Amino acid sequence: MVAVNPLTCLPHHPVMRGTVDLPRGRIRPGARGHPQCRVILKGCVMKRLLVAMLAFVAATVSQSAGAQTLKTVKDRGSLSCGVSQGLPGFSAPDDKGNWTGLDVDVCRAVAAAIFDDPTKVKFVPLSAKDRFTALQSGEIDVLSRNTTWTSSRDTSLGLNFTGVNYYDGQGFLVRKSLKVNSALELNGASVCVQTGTTNEQNLADYFKSNNMRYEVIAFASADETVKAYESGRCDAFTSDVSQLYSERLKLAAPSDHAVLPEVISKEPLGPVVRHGDDQWFDIVKWTLFAMIDAEELDITQKNVESKLRTDNPEIKRVLGSDGNLGEQLGLTKDWVVRIVRGVGNYGESFDRNVGPGSKLGISRGLNRLWNQGGVQYAPPIR
Amino acid sequence: MAIGSRPPPPQFWPKLRRVLGGQTGWGGVLGQLVLVAFVVWLGYEIVANARANMQAQRIASGFGFLSQTAGFGVSQALIPYSESDSYTRVFVVGLLNTLLVSAIGVALATVIGFAIGLGRLSPNWLLARLAGAYVEIVRNLPLLFQLLFWYLAVLATLPNPRQSITLLGWVFLNNRGFVVAEPVAHASFWPVALALGIGVGIAFAAHALARKALFDNGRVLRIWPVVLGSLVGLPLVVALALGAPLSFEAPVLKGFNFVGGLRIIPEFVALTLALSIYTAAFIAEIVRAGILAVNRGQMEAGSSLGLSCGATLRLIVVPQALRVILPPLTNQYLNLTKNSSLAVAVGYPDLFSVFAGTTLSQTGQAVEIIVITMGVYLLISLITSAAMSFYGWRVGMGLGAT
Ligand SMILES: N[C@@H](CCC(=O)N[C@@H](CS)C(=O)NCC(=O)O)C(=O)O
Repeated sequence: MVAVNPLTCLPHHPVMRGTVDLPRGRIRPGARGHPQCRVILKGCVMKRLLVAMLAFVAATVSQSAGAQTLKTVKDRGSLSCGVSQGLPGFSAPDDKGNWTGLDVDVCRAVAAAIFDDPTKVKFVPLSAKDRFTALQSGEIDVLSRNTTWTSSRDTSLGLNFTGVNYYDGQGFLVRKSLKVNSALELNGASVCVQTGTTNEQNLADYFKSNNMRYEVIAFASADETVKAYESGRCDAFTSDVSQLYSERLKLAAPSDHAVLPEVISKEPLGPVVRHGDDQWFDIVKWTLFAMIDAEELDITQKNVESKLRTDNPEIKRVLGSDGNLGEQLGLTKDWVVRIVRGVGNYGESFDRNVGPGSKLGISRGLNRLWNQGGVQYAPPIR
Repeated sequence: MAIGSRPPPPQFWPKLRRVLGGQTGWGGVLGQLVLVAFVVWLGYEIVANARANMQAQRIASGFGFLSQTAGFGVSQALIPYSESDSYTRVFVVGLLNTLLVSAIGVALATVIGFAIGLGRLSPNWLLARLAGAYVEIVRNLPLLFQLLFWYLAVLATLPNPRQSITLLGWVFLNNRGFVVAEPVAHASFWPVALALGIGVGIAFAAHALARKALFDNGRVLRIWPVVLGSLVGLPLVVALALGAPLSFEAPVLKGFNFVGGLRIIPEFVALTLALSIYTAAFIAEIVRAGILAVNRGQMEAGSSLGLSCGATLRLIVVPQALRVILPPLTNQYLNLTKNSSLAVAVGYPDLFSVFAGTTLSQTGQAVEIIVITMGVYLLISLITSAAMSFYGWRVGMGLGAT
């Protein structure tokens, strides 16, 4: 038996056979392997290749968009939630690495409703331009990342918005030293913006409709956008106003920068799910409504256990001591108890994350309940 | 051919068998057919599955979006562009920006790379060490990091437009970029350009003539007066007769920024610099390897023929080294082009940023847009490597090797 080079599958000493005159040092692949080697090749390489291929096919073919999200989440044991890459107040890791924020709380509430454990969430940080692809492809179950509800996103992107957890609008952040007091004085300015946002399009509309020239510099991530603004590349930074306040905290000298008074768009921000799974759509939608309704009924994280003993028929229905509304959703009877115990009601979440109890200190404004002068209005749980 | 052998008899069936199944016999042929069938089925299954899923989720599909209005602005467009143009226009704008950065980056990287590579081989101790340090530092730091360094660190040191660094009021440097006076064409522009074109033609002809004289009769022709006359003299005469072809319009500060003038945005400068400095480190090593691959005796042979050091390098060493250098150099060119897709990190509107970024997230048509974008990068790469192969073939012809 001739010794075989395991790398080339050729005999160590090429024996002259009929046509072994290799044209100028080139070895024709596969043509002259040694029998022993061929067996090895066939035996393991081919088999592995085949197994890998079959696994791949099985994975692609079986991965249909089916209406199975709740089951998938339960089997996995955690919810996969798309958030921002760090927007204090909405979704950002705190110093211990725990994600916190108004948007984060929506996901925690969904996890609480399903698992009775608000920590069973895997957070996936996403840039503005990658978020929809991540949701469409099934990488995440819910997108809760200060995302504006628009008709094209709700239809042609194959998504469903489940409600609005923050009513916002777009504004501009400028250096106070520029002595600009109105967005209408920004003719000819350079503006930094994040790509893949509604802000990018609103900016174009606003300058066009006011007959002003501008230069737009668009970045993939918020950090790069803010750094470029801070380095002086842009005169203004544009985004939803709440995000301007949040990003301003990251600047070296926040008080040197001011948000201009004009709000140039409507930005209703809310959680999003994929088309094609109505049950899951209902669960996320009603989790948000439950938080808002809990605030309206004055059910809080502290008093929820004592409220269980109330005689009020509405509260009894909401908390599940009467009827089976939770089971109709595919959850348990005490789903709202779980939500409020886990993360609190909408008002508590707001105060803790973006309101007076937080570094942002944003006033409730439009986000007050409908019966207190705002527009937060959730359909009744009954 | 190294070993003279008898040609194999023309047998059709064994040949076919070898092509299809190696020496494994008809079983092997069957195996190959099964594999092909499997791959085709796999491809079909993937496409069909993606379609079915997208239809079930009612995600828009098809290429109709290309004619819709883009509705967003772009900071650098080589063709006229406005927000009300279509996504197709955005695609072209992005593609041109990618090509611009790649072309200038490749040229710059080649120049720096050759300089550093030759420097590393220099007998001058300090120069060789400096070149070595350049290579080791630059190629060991991540490209994205270097890109952000060039963009943010350098940008932060530049003044705002009102305090621009200026050269005689014609050239301005500030954190909005590099503003130069804009050339404005006059009536005599085209005649002068035509004269210049004719001049270039004459220069080439003279060069070919001189070369022919050298190779056929061994005569050295002195052609530089002709070249100078045709390249400079001819356009100059036309310009003197018809008036200056161009004038320059100085940029003026108005509001936030300069109006008029040509502006090179800092995003472009940072991206081009980062790409070419990074790629140059690899090119330098390729050049060094290529030159070291040429036998020392070649250099000695050159000098024993009485050629100067430079002439030996240029006529003997470099052409041989090029055969070693070209294939890996092509790889570096391709890398640079593909790496230009990091542009979005510094806000440069390249194809990946405006098309596979903004357009994708506005329309949500990931499959179509990624397929188009991949196709375009593939096409650019194939064209580049075809051009380089052609050049390599020419070089090989020159050496009489093929
Ligand atoms: N609401 C807008 C904009 C959302 C957005 O992405 N805003 C930026 C402002 S800088 C942001 O939050 N970035 C955070 C991040 O990328 O992590 C949309 O849905 O398109």
